[in-house]
Amino acid sequence: MKHRHLVLFITAALTLPVLLSSPGCKPQNPTSAVEGDAASKVYVAPGKHDEFYNIVSGGFNGQVSVYGIPSGRLFRIIPVFSLNPESGWGFSEETKPMLNTSHGFVPWDDTHHIALSTTNGEHDGRWAFVNGNNTPRIARISLATFRTEEIIEIPNSSGNHSSPFLTENSEYAVAGTRFSYPLDDKESNPDVPISTYKQNFKGTVSFVGIDKETGHMNVAFQVLLPGVNFDLARCGRGPSHDWFFFSCYNTELASTLLEVNASQKDKDFVMAVNWKKCEEYVKAGKGKKSKVRYAHNVFDEKTHTGTSTIKDEVVVLDPNELKDIVYFVPCPKSPHGCDVDPSGEFICASGKLAAVIPVFSFSKMQKAIADKNFEGEFEGIPVLKYDAVLHGEVKKPGLGPLHTEFDGKGFAYTSFFVSSEIVKWDIEKLEVVDRVPTYYSIGHLSVPGGPTRKPHGKYVIAYNKITKDRYLPTGPELTQSAQLYDISGDKMKLLLDFPTTGEPHYAEAIPASLVAPKSVKIFKIEENNHPYVAKGEKEARVFREGNKVHVLMTSIRSHFTPDNIEGVKMGDEVYFHVTNLEQDWDVPHGFAVKGANNAEILIMPGETCTLKWVPDRTGVFPIYCTDFCSALHQEMQGYVRVSPRGSNVPLTYSTGNKAEPTGEAK
Amino acid sequence: MSGKATLFTAFLLLAFFACTSKKEAEEKAKKSPTASELAIPQPEVHGTEIKSVELTNPLKSEWVSTGKSIYETKCLACHKLTDERVVGPGWAGVTKKRQPVWIMNMITNVDMMLETDAEAQKMLEECLVRMPNQNVSEEDARKILEFMRSNDGEK
Repeated sequence: MKHRHLVLFITAALTLPVLLSSPGCKPQNPTSAVEGDAASKVYVAPGKHDEFYNIVSGGFNGQVSVYGIPSGRLFRIIPVFSLNPESGWGFSEETKPMLNTSHGFVPWDDTHHIALSTTNGEHDGRWAFVNGNNTPRIARISLATFRTEEIIEIPNSSGNHSSPFLTENSEYAVAGTRFSYPLDDKESNPDVPISTYKQNFKGTVSFVGIDKETGHMNVAFQVLLPGVNFDLARCGRGPSHDWFFFSCYNTELASTLLEVNASQKDKDFVMAVNWKKCEEYVKAGKGKKSKVRYAHNVFDEKTHTGTSTIKDEVVVLDPNELKDIVYFVPCPKSPHGCDVDPSGEFICASGKLAAVIPVFSFSKMQKAIADKNFEGEFEGIPVLKYDAVLHGEVKKPGLGPLHTEFDGKGFAYTSFFVSSEIVKWDIEKLEVVDRVPTYYSIGHLSVPGGPTRKPHGKYVIAYNKITKDRYLPTGPELTQSAQLYDISGDKMKLLLDFPTTGEPHYAEAIPASLVAPKSVKIFKIEENNHPYVAKGEKEARVFREGNKVHVLMTSIRSHFTPDNIEGVKMGDEVYFHVTNLEQDWDVPHGFAVKGANNAEILIMPGETCTLKWVPDRTGVFPIYCTDFCSALHQEMQGYVRVSPRGSNVPLTYSTGNKAEPTGEAK
Repeated sequence: MSGKATLFTAFLLLAFFACTSKKEAEEKAKKSPTASELAIPQPEVHGTEIKSVELTNPLKSEWVSTGKSIYETKCLACHKLTDERVVGPGWAGVTKKRQPVWIMNMITNVDMMLETDAEAQKMLEECLVRMPNQNVSEEDARKILEFMRSNDGEK
């Protein structure tokens, strides 16, 4: 049986590209794909702004980048999970707590999915959320400051992949474990043989509550699940508001050579979780408290400082006891994307190895649950009958379907990794209506507003895994590539290639009009509550606490105060708390010390940042500003003198004192 | 075979449809908002031009002390109270040299001053650092002016 299926699959794989390469379907070669007016459609004249922000995950660089659409111009890289020496993220004393976890300081992660906050299922322009895949975390970025404001670690999880997709009113962000693994509730990782996978390995999905006003996150509850792998997820909307859907693979419960061993069955699952019901059970005290350890890190915009708190408990719900919170829906074959259409009725799951796109009907799913129309159970969880919940299948759409987004006009756009194309199809009729090639091996795709109730449509952006031949070569490694297609007409049209940083996975695009007007320009110096702020040069000073020397320094075009410091001794730890006194947009100041085993700090107008420096030798060390903002930029510098331990040089500091006259001048 | 033929025909039909609707699509593209229409104007907040300032004697002592504390946070880094120039000119005698309106606009409306006022331009040539917009409100600028007057010996 298994062999026959494999043969069938290979036959399909070999014949489909022949079918798909008919004339009119794909251009002869990549260069013929762009039509003459493409350039004018992506041209944003100097002084003009783009129509959309594209918030893009940074993949293995652990960050998030912001591009303009349609121009494809890169505006900013927002440090999230990875150290960023440019701004001092993770290097400054204020940001170090943000990268704290139960494993200690983890200076990197793997970001995959962006989720923009929504109200009533529509973008509200407040926050962007992104997952850390490796050391399970979710981060929240403010779309007013474009800075990471909060990071929460996910306990009982390994590989936070199906995350951080949000419910319609951003009530919850979800976190499904990619790797199932042995869990217990004793705050430990049990030491068991890997061969006991089927007995000991478990999965969880977590629902992370989001405070309506502040956005602050807390792990509200988790659902304990069989040891499958969770891949992607989407919330329901409208009629399916109370539900969340996850794709699962490895229902074979294999632990080795998964490319073969997790591809054995014809069907894996889409998992439907009734989160409203879970919420009720948690309120009713039906959850079990599990002892865990996870970090919760919050950045305060007024003190400009992050704090990290370790939490030790989480509420876990068991669907083997609470029978009506989780259902499995059979889905061909290793489903990856699991996407809900704007109406909330249709759930499109893409079996990576399947030759169809199954589209499930939410109303049929509800009927099947009410009728107990189950084909059986999987590890104690009811499995609904495939035919009873299926709206229909899109037949032979292409090879390797991954992700689907919607334009709000009744069409779905699915990315095909193996056949490198985007296929547009009619959701109601399940018919393919258009296809365009991508260059090459597309992963996620993004329609502005595509995962919301009211997509903004207009474009689809492809995030490709392979960039071969699209740009000038840069050695064995090439930039990642995104491609912009116009979907305003009946046919998709390629408009632009643009390079991206990291390996972008998912991205969302949001109208500029929802974000730009709320953009913060400066931090008000009056509201700066940093414990070491110097609000004005008059408050600048240096003092000693044992072997710690605190420098409350100010910066303004074009000098530091103080800029001459003496009396630091070997063995001292020097903390430069630099306050940028500017109250003018786009005038950050930098601060760097020669030989510091650290980064620079980049201080925004009205902000205070702290750089720790432990001198490793005596002498006089220059400090200077790294960010050019005035004609006297080079003059923005100073000196710190470091004397031997035990020397009697007093701690002094000054700005503007003239050098002592030399012997000759006397 | 027939499947392939159907698929092929479907593509031809689609291509045909695409050609006939190309004009429509172009019209639509023209009608859809352009980047410039959607661009949010984000001018610097410098307040509007101040045309007149009312001075009274004696000085309002409360304004003098508020003006002094704003000076210490936002101005002292570049302006001494003597006639010594640091980054910007010292403030000693400034209220004798400049009209109150000129001072107020220099604080709240520096871009306009550097564009239009010959005296302000001359000072930029001397100092070579554009005076930063420190986001001082008109009300606060008036208090700074009061402090300057007090610094110049007015009672």
